[in-house]
Amino acid sequence: MRTIAEDLPGHPFFAGLDSDALALLAGCAVNMHARPGEYLFREGEPADSFFVIREGRVALEMRLPTGAAVLDTAEQGEVLGWSWLVPPYRWTFDGRAVDHVRAVRFDGGCLREKCAADPDLGYAFLQRIVQVMSQRLHSARVRLLDLYGAS
Amino acid sequence: MNAALATSSQRVVVEDPMVPRSFVVTRTRQDTRDTATLWLTAMDGAPLAFEPGQFTMLQAYGVGEVPVSISGDPADDGVLQHTIRDVGSVSHALATAETGARLGVRGPFGVGWDVGTARGRDVVIVAGGIGLAPLRPAVLEICANRAAYGEVTLLYGARTPAERLFTDELPRWAAEHGVAVHVTVDRSDDSWRGPVGLVTGLVDRVVFRPELATVLVCGPEVMMRHTAAAFLDRGVAPADVRVSMERNMKCGIGLCGHCQLRELFICQDGPVLGYGLVASLLTQAEL
Repeated sequence: MRTIAEDLPGHPFFAGLDSDALALLAGCAVNMHARPGEYLFREGEPADSFFVIREGRVALEMRLPTGAAVLDTAEQGEVLGWSWLVPPYRWTFDGRAVDHVRAVRFDGGCLREKCAADPDLGYAFLQRIVQVMSQRLHSARVRLLDLYGAS
Repeated sequence: MNAALATSSQRVVVEDPMVPRSFVVTRTRQDTRDTATLWLTAMDGAPLAFEPGQFTMLQAYGVGEVPVSISGDPADDGVLQHTIRDVGSVSHALATAETGARLGVRGPFGVGWDVGTARGRDVVIVAGGIGLAPLRPAVLEICANRAAYGEVTLLYGARTPAERLFTDELPRWAAEHGVAVHVTVDRSDDSWRGPVGLVTGLVDRVVFRPELATVLVCGPEVMMRHTAAAFLDRGVAPADVRVSMERNMKCGIGLCGHCQLRELFICQDGPVLGYGLVASLLTQAEL
């Protein structure tokens, strides 16, 4: 069975990071899984995790009086969660496993410490997170246009 | 466009592209809340051959005429199929036409997807909303000649799960013809367990050879622009990305100028055009 440190270089998010950096990051990571319907995190709770999804799909939801609205999904090959990087480090949405999810979970506090101690690593990590944030923001903005609605 | 039309008695008459032929509605299907598919048969019995991606000018007698892409099977020229979204007075009259109603048809007009030139290549088909209707004939033609193509992928973005089109066919294309089908919605509901997000978010999942890929895109212009950009980022040449443009087509034969997009007449030069040809035009306001 491959270790987390062996798997990370093959993931696009970590592409370009050297082996020392990957070893540092892998020290913050554990494998986890969630059953369908299980929450990986809940809105308002301390955000202490960053996920690399290896299998399955996670729905990002907001609770409404009428039920939960799915705002976005993340699945195999994607990464999830940046609230661990932004004070006050609280989740702003729920993250619910749609089906069986296997993921690598990084400890947010551990990542912050390592990024603070090694600014080169911190910058490289932040660049990658910002790219994910940018894609999510772009998706949200375009969907606001309701392009498929009646014109 | 048909230059001539063979009647059942083999008498050849020159077809006037401005004169509609009468068709009768033989079947209807309500696809979604505001979209319906009509099956039409020519009252003169003559076939209407078309290329995937072409459109007709479809007329509700006494109401008006609008351009509508053909959504049927190009292998079956005896039945004309149109999938129509009810968004105005003419499209309302068409989308609510009942079996037995008579409609006028001019065309088919324009340049289609030219699917045959993608033989031997990987094909990625990207549809947004009602944009799946003009792409369906291309999918059917590819499925009918599946061995001639490499990897074939369909990415489809719909507003909601209830607004997806051809829901009975999507799994069939996947299971019977080896088409990798990925569907996403902008807004989910309790019935939906699939992806939520932009159709461009699916591009990274597609397996294709960038130098040997043909990409067919149909949807709102903003969606087509962002989709094309995503494929260009992955190394596909602009000329290998084809988009279906929509403008105010009227005559259908490049005379009236209503659909003019700078030097292009969309009804005649398009509606399907290489992205390299229109990329700069898509970002110009009010063009």
